[in-house]
Amino acid sequence: MKKNGNVVRFNRWGYIFLIPFIVVYLIFSIVPLVSTIYYSFFENFMSGLKQIGPNFIGLENYKALLTGGDMFTYLGNTLLLWIMCFIPQIVLSLILGYWFSDSRMNLKAAPFFKTVIYMPNLIMASAFSMLFFTLFADSGPINSLLVSIGIFDEPYSFMSHIASTRILVAVMNLIMWFGNTTILLMAGMMGIDGELFEAAQVDGATSTQVFFKITLPLLRPILVYVMITSLIGGLQLFDVPQILTNGTGDPMRSSMTLIMFLNKHLYSKNYGMSGALSVYMLIVTAILSFIVFRINNYGADDRR
Amino acid sequence: MKKKIVSGLLATTMVASLLFGCGGAESTEAPAATEAATEAATEAAADDTTEAAEEVVVEDTGKVLNIYCWNEEFKTRVTDHYPGYEEVDATNGKIGDIEVKWNITPNQDNAYQNNLDETLLKQADAAADDKIDMFLVEADYALKYVDSDYTMAIADLGITDADLAEQYQYTKDIVTDGNGVLKGLSWQGCPGVLFYNREIAKDVLGSDDPAEVQKAVADWATFNKTAADMQAKGYSMISSVNDSYRVYSNNVTSKWVVDGKVNIDDNIMAWVDDSKALVDAGATKTHDLWSDDWSKGFFPEGKVFAYFGPAWLVNFSMSADVEGSVGYNGGWGATEGPQGFYWGGTWICAATGTDNMGTIKDIMLKLTCDADIMKGIVEKDDDFVNNKGAMEAMAASDYSSKILGGQNPLGIYSNGVSSLDLSNISAYDQGCNEEFQKAMKNYFDGNATKDEAIAAFKKAIVEKYPELTAE
Repeated sequence: MKKNGNVVRFNRWGYIFLIPFIVVYLIFSIVPLVSTIYYSFFENFMSGLKQIGPNFIGLENYKALLTGGDMFTYLGNTLLLWIMCFIPQIVLSLILGYWFSDSRMNLKAAPFFKTVIYMPNLIMASAFSMLFFTLFADSGPINSLLVSIGIFDEPYSFMSHIASTRILVAVMNLIMWFGNTTILLMAGMMGIDGELFEAAQVDGATSTQVFFKITLPLLRPILVYVMITSLIGGLQLFDVPQILTNGTGDPMRSSMTLIMFLNKHLYSKNYGMSGALSVYMLIVTAILSFIVFRINNYGADDRR
Repeated sequence: MKKKIVSGLLATTMVASLLFGCGGAESTEAPAATEAATEAATEAAADDTTEAAEEVVVEDTGKVLNIYCWNEEFKTRVTDHYPGYEEVDATNGKIGDIEVKWNITPNQDNAYQNNLDETLLKQADAAADDKIDMFLVEADYALKYVDSDYTMAIADLGITDADLAEQYQYTKDIVTDGNGVLKGLSWQGCPGVLFYNREIAKDVLGSDDPAEVQKAVADWATFNKTAADMQAKGYSMISSVNDSYRVYSNNVTSKWVVDGKVNIDDNIMAWVDDSKALVDAGATKTHDLWSDDWSKGFFPEGKVFAYFGPAWLVNFSMSADVEGSVGYNGGWGATEGPQGFYWGGTWICAATGTDNMGTIKDIMLKLTCDADIMKGIVEKDDDFVNNKGAMEAMAASDYSSKILGGQNPLGIYSNGVSSLDLSNISAYDQGCNEEFQKAMKNYFDGNATKDEAIAAFKKAIVEKYPELTAE
């Protein structure tokens, strides 16, 4: 009896220690979330230095976005840029993670390389983007190099072609994030019981078989986590294409992401329209996360 | 027991520090009530007018003069030409016992205006020493500020029409609000001319004499023909299609916005067609102005024949102080070009609610009305100043510009300034000009048809100005 009373009393302390998180969460997450949804029903923007609204207009902002049709184009762009970055990234990270965690390979100076591949993530995305913009400019070093070794006759305008602009964005994100993914996957691989690998070796399994039959299936929970976080991050892709294309998303807005579109509305502080767009994004993110989560869970259930 | 006390203490400190932190945050957020701010601002404006009407004695009560601008240009002018200004460091100065604070925010991505807007909206609630006293605006968006109550009428500062008699009329038109009240002054005139690379002119046209070069660029048809000759010898006529944009856009016959609807003038469409032809022929590129690719023609190896621009471009922005540049060696020449135009120009505005009216009045009078000081600006900085008498006298004098290889360009500038027509400016010019050039780049680069690019432009404008319609 007495013991139980103690547990209850200690639980009370637990609640008290939770207060900071709850308060911070309420102020910095719930309040903005609710007010974003609230403002999305209003016409509310600045015309020069004059405030227009807020006037309640119901679902007009949502309708305008749906009928405008652009939102789906930008959603498509965003997902395409994410896939262009994610597929090479997951392949590269799996290979690197496998090499780093494989006891048979026993790579030398592994901690050094682990640090090096993580380095690009420490650079600010905007600085990285500026760097690429300068490197790939018409009179930039990459073009000079390509012309002088004879691959191109004249400088290639990377930022004036749809494919090259998208590839640059994807490559930048790849360089920035593959280190992070590698570390996560490596942690997952090292968590796999070493006895399984030894048993496989004794049974004469090849490295390929070990990778596909042992490592990959057991890595599933980490892969799901990596995919969901990467997807949510990918949907919010903004800084790299924004700086690279000077905010235009050109050529013909083919690299305009949803958040860049949202930012366009903030020029006139159009909180109504951008609020509605944010709500759509919330819904899309929720659905996508749910789908990915379910797919992976079903898989796990089947095997059990 | 002890444990309980310790944990209790821990929890209370944590919660207490949290609440304390939040309290601080709330109090800073509170004064953002925009409505109250605007109300107070108009009230303050009303007070100022009545005060000024009663007695035109304009005095300083404040000890800090806050100046908002986007680059070093005005600061350099004040440092060099305003008597009594002492520089303390990069962002601080002194005029008598008044402290001058420069708030310099670059123009990039509208950062300057965003910063200025935010501060102006809070102007009424700000402490006297934190209020903006003076800010600078450009022609493209001047009306946004001039048509608001945040800018003081020049007459309220005690500056009379007689003081301004020598200024060019166009510089006053740009900063006159809907009720005909003048609200800003400029020390410079910005008639644009064509700056050409003398070496290239000799090579292709056989002469670098301004009159001879003018024959090759007299109108757009000959201009485009010359572009082909340039290209045959490996030169670009102009660095980017955006160079010639303002020449076309300043000679429009209609405004960007008519009755709340976006309107594209015929002369703007002429720019699109001429530029597309030049790009397709390979005579120029589509770089953004101010990018590295655009400015490579400031140096001989860039192989760019000409840039369109006003006096400040050649003296302030074309790397003339860098060894080896065309300007450093006096390698530019100036001629009228196909059509007259203006580009930019900086206007000084006094912010409503300032407590340094005396100093502001004096700076305005000295820099924009005093013929001797303004002549000094021409001589030292190669600027074209806003003073008819002084400019006409200097055009006839033996003044010469080192950057322009000893040419006296003031006559050419003076011709340009008289033909300027600003009846078609609107508060939307900046957004429309920027977005139009960005959208058309897609057409020039071959990523869109002309109609698609125009549709993209209209889309961008409606995003930027939700109150407008495009169809």
